[in-house]
Amino acid sequence: MTDYTQLGVKDIRDGVAGGDFTAREVAESFNAAVAAAADLNAFIVTTPDHALAAADATDAKRAKGEDLGKMGGVPIGMKDLFATKGVQTTAASHILEGFKPEYESTVSQKLWDAGAGMLGKLNLDQFAMGSSNETSYFGNVSSPWKKDGTNAAMSPGGSSGGSSSAVSARIAPAATGTDTGGSIRQPAAFTGICGIKPTYGRCSRWGVVAFASSLDQAGPMARSVEDCAIMLEAMAGFDPKDATSLQMDVPNWEAALSADLKGKKIGIPKEYRMDGTDQAILDSWEQGKAMLRDAGAQIVDVSLPHTKYALPAYYIIAPAEASSNLARYDGVRYGLRDLPDGAGLQDMYAATRAAGFGDEVKRRVLIGTYVLSAGFYDAYYTQAQKIRTLVAQDFEKAFGECDVILAPTTPTASFPLGSLNEDPLTMYLNDVFAVPASLAGLPAMSVPAMLNSDGLPLGLQLVGKPFDEQGVLDAGLAIQQRAGFDAKPEMWW
Amino acid sequence: MSVTREEVAKIASLARIKMGDEDLDRMVPELNNILNWVEQLGEVDTSGVEPMTAVIPNTLRLRDDVVDAIPETSGGRREDVLANAPVAEHGFFGVPKVIE
Repeated sequence: MTDYTQLGVKDIRDGVAGGDFTAREVAESFNAAVAAAADLNAFIVTTPDHALAAADATDAKRAKGEDLGKMGGVPIGMKDLFATKGVQTTAASHILEGFKPEYESTVSQKLWDAGAGMLGKLNLDQFAMGSSNETSYFGNVSSPWKKDGTNAAMSPGGSSGGSSSAVSARIAPAATGTDTGGSIRQPAAFTGICGIKPTYGRCSRWGVVAFASSLDQAGPMARSVEDCAIMLEAMAGFDPKDATSLQMDVPNWEAALSADLKGKKIGIPKEYRMDGTDQAILDSWEQGKAMLRDAGAQIVDVSLPHTKYALPAYYIIAPAEASSNLARYDGVRYGLRDLPDGAGLQDMYAATRAAGFGDEVKRRVLIGTYVLSAGFYDAYYTQAQKIRTLVAQDFEKAFGECDVILAPTTPTASFPLGSLNEDPLTMYLNDVFAVPASLAGLPAMSVPAMLNSDGLPLGLQLVGKPFDEQGVLDAGLAIQQRAGFDAKPEMWW
Repeated sequence: MSVTREEVAKIASLARIKMGDEDLDRMVPELNNILNWVEQLGEVDTSGVEPMTAVIPNTLRLRDDVVDAIPETSGGRREDVLANAPVAEHGFFGVPKVIE
């Protein structure tokens, strides 16, 4: 059997369409790779039959000369935050263990309609709350990467850690992710892959397990900018079932891709030069500037003065929304029920939620409940929402002077699993560069830049104006072409 | 501002999460650590700043005024709605006795 697992989205789509190989051969290849990679713990459930059925449908269409779709013949991983009809959907929580939705999320349906198939449901941080993929009820996910000379299991980032691990390990050509405060970009950076969070509202949230609804946004994770553009086209689009869905046409991002940045201005936000940032990250930022200059862009300094307040504001807003969204898990309608002997309804709620939620989820629900409670609402929640306005205004002003912003994705490279668990705050700081764009609803992408001296990938982040995914993708492509990042993790799983 | 053990117990009860003594021992310092950190937001002068209500300007739209305009979110799906219930009886969700 030929191995097709080194191929990305575009190569698979074009190869299947051109008759170089069949979609079934590709699906079989990836199914085998997934089955052999249990040590990564990237998948919560695998669905080889789904991948094969989609592949067969694509091959049958080709035989009849029909259009194969934007993702025709491409098997992907689906983050287990998307409801998939008849296939367990857990958000990596115990409280949803065994939940089999009776409906399909809009984003996953669009992908199947575009010809993609599903390899399985990918592990994540529980309810997407985490930055290291250590809060899943179904166990930690390992990055395929190792620090040079060590054998410790490394974090694939989070919350889309199953997605980043699988794509980086070449057991899936691409995967869905979701980003609330960096959950696509940070894991992409940690594992040397690409990931884009589009403008808030581009991808429907219908059928995506809700964490913080004003921030949650789905996006693709893949190994190239082109692959992200293709998959985002398939995922995005207006959906009447989501009240915040953007009623706009989906641009042809792939066709319009251009790494020629002549006439473009790239903004460098001085406030992102923070204490505690690795020197290698700062070096990669410098290299990024040089690459974009080489692509014809002009580099300008910009200021985002409220950057340092974005992260604490996020840790009020996101938990507040989570405490409200997660009120639905009550042991009545779906999922786990814990009914102690002789317990009444209220006791059942409390016991169910105590047994069903992990520690990080409880922490955030409690913080959220507190900041929304009478007497504290204005001091915490209203103040945080005002700061969110200021963060968004900072970007608006900066985009008066530049087209795209270049910054690091994360302050450090990946770290060993278990090394940052002592203090939740240390973990939160991982998303310090990612959260501001989330608060402002802006399109933002991470692309791999280089390996650090430990042999671990570092990512660069591009943030664009609202609706300007094209500008982000184009700048990402310019970096991709110049960085020539082709490092792969050595197979140990 | 910091929270006391009693306050955390009260919040947990409001959030309907059962917490024992050990849980509280762990949670109180963790929450205080986080709350002390977000305290820095108080430094920012936000007078005259409107709290954000919509991150991307969007219009609230009305759906077509017809019954079952969107099949997936419309009526007639009782079996689907109950399919994942831990206890479903006679076409309803089953819960412990609420009224004595």
